[in-house]
Amino acid sequence: MTKKYILTFPVDATDRSVTYELIKKFDIRINILKAEIEIGKSGQLLVELEANEEQLERGIKYLKESGIIVSALANKISHDEEKCINCGNCASACFSGALTIKAPDWKLKFDPAKCIICKLCLKSCPLKLFKIEFAEQ
Amino acid sequence: MSKTYEEINDKIKKGTAVVLTAEEVSELAKTLSPKEIAHKVDVVTTGTFGAMCSSGAFVNFGHSNPPIRMERIELNGVQVSGGLAAVDTYIGATDCNPARPAYGGAHLIEDLVNGKDIRLEAWGKGTDCYPRKHIEAVINRNTVNEAIMYNPRNSYQNYNVATNGSDRIIYTYMGTLLPGFRNASYSTSGELSPLLNDPECRTIGLGTRIFLCGTEGYVTWNGTQFHSTKELNGYGLPVSNARTIAVIGNLKEMSTEFLRAAYYEKYGVSLFVGIGVPIPILDEDLAHRVSIRNEQITTSVLDYSDSSRLLGRTTYADLQSGEINVAGKKIRTSPVSSISKAREIAEILKAWIEKGQFLLSAPVKPMPVGTSLNSLKAENENK
Repeated sequence: MTKKYILTFPVDATDRSVTYELIKKFDIRINILKAEIEIGKSGQLLVELEANEEQLERGIKYLKESGIIVSALANKISHDEEKCINCGNCASACFSGALTIKAPDWKLKFDPAKCIICKLCLKSCPLKLFKIEFAEQ
Repeated sequence: MSKTYEEINDKIKKGTAVVLTAEEVSELAKTLSPKEIAHKVDVVTTGTFGAMCSSGAFVNFGHSNPPIRMERIELNGVQVSGGLAAVDTYIGATDCNPARPAYGGAHLIEDLVNGKDIRLEAWGKGTDCYPRKHIEAVINRNTVNEAIMYNPRNSYQNYNVATNGSDRIIYTYMGTLLPGFRNASYSTSGELSPLLNDPECRTIGLGTRIFLCGTEGYVTWNGTQFHSTKELNGYGLPVSNARTIAVIGNLKEMSTEFLRAAYYEKYGVSLFVGIGVPIPILDEDLAHRVSIRNEQITTSVLDYSDSSRLLGRTTYADLQSGEINVAGKKIRTSPVSSISKAREIAEILKAWIEKGQFLLSAPVKPMPVGTSLNSLKAENENK
């Protein structure tokens, strides 16, 4: 299974190699989608973790014991469909392939599983119709 | 065989005219010859809905008592033209207040169409005939006398494709361009595009009645930067941005379904304008022209990070497939003008004509021929 999490590091936990431990000890494939960490300050990692359910549970237990706040992510990209003109600017910028606009109907489609929350769609929509909220499951 | 505008209009009035969209006629052309199409089809409708920066609207506010000669005018804090005294202005779509760049002239125009209240503040020096020096007022679509859309350059014939070969993201009017040729954007609606269906403007000129932002409008002149001598492909179509049209229409009758304000990151404000031009099938030549298909329309791919360097050519069939192969690179493509709206515009115009609500007008004056563009030479570059 693959799930996305936000890992929030308190000040004193930013010096540990948690990604190494996750791979080595728990055999979890980790894909870092976004990182905002400065040594000596609290930080956040947006990660995608892939493993079987048991490994994932153990890995998350380890993270929590290391003082890291683990929040499962339901990335909520909301888009005002009523106002959308299907111009394609968001899909053009969306390199992860979550937003697409194609023949035959040329209407915008969104696949949340592919979204990596880069937020380029927020910048690229000329009508400013996107909102992204980090929601905890 | 040939038909006249009068004959076509008689059929439209009787409800017997055969009207097809540009996509429908392109499909039909796979099995019918231009001669058969000229015989069978009377009108072909086109459409486009893209950001067209060279757009705007004239507005007359009405006179106050005592009157003012407005020399500096602000609408919702956005400065608009004060050069059309006494109480006229021109709201340019890209007008904006640099302190609030995401709201500009295009948003004012959209607010006017939506009937929203807009704050007007204006200043004049005070004259013997216009003594007032300052005024504040609230205006909207109903309080102003005229609100007339006038766009000097719209509906480009075959705009180029934009991509980015640099190592950093760039923000342009063609959208967000990812580094390393990771995307390419195009804004012409291909075989639906108005000026690609009558590439020499045989039926498009001063006085041509068109669909403009949900109501009827007119072509008033050639658009600015009208270039009629660009290189042609084997189907007689220019391979890069060539002709343009200037258009006019009553803003009060327009709909925000087909007119929308836009703000591009680190670029500025623009206006999405919906245009549909009907092409009368007067003869075989025009039947041949409207039969053009996406795979027959060539356009140019430019690197926007490198002084718009030409990388190569592609077709709208390839662009609309989602990937092009240019200069040895596979590049993912997306439109940045609405193909679904372009189609809707062609369908609406078709319905208007079928119902006899929209007659065709022959140009009063044709478009110029043999034109090319001057460039601007900067002075004092080395100071």
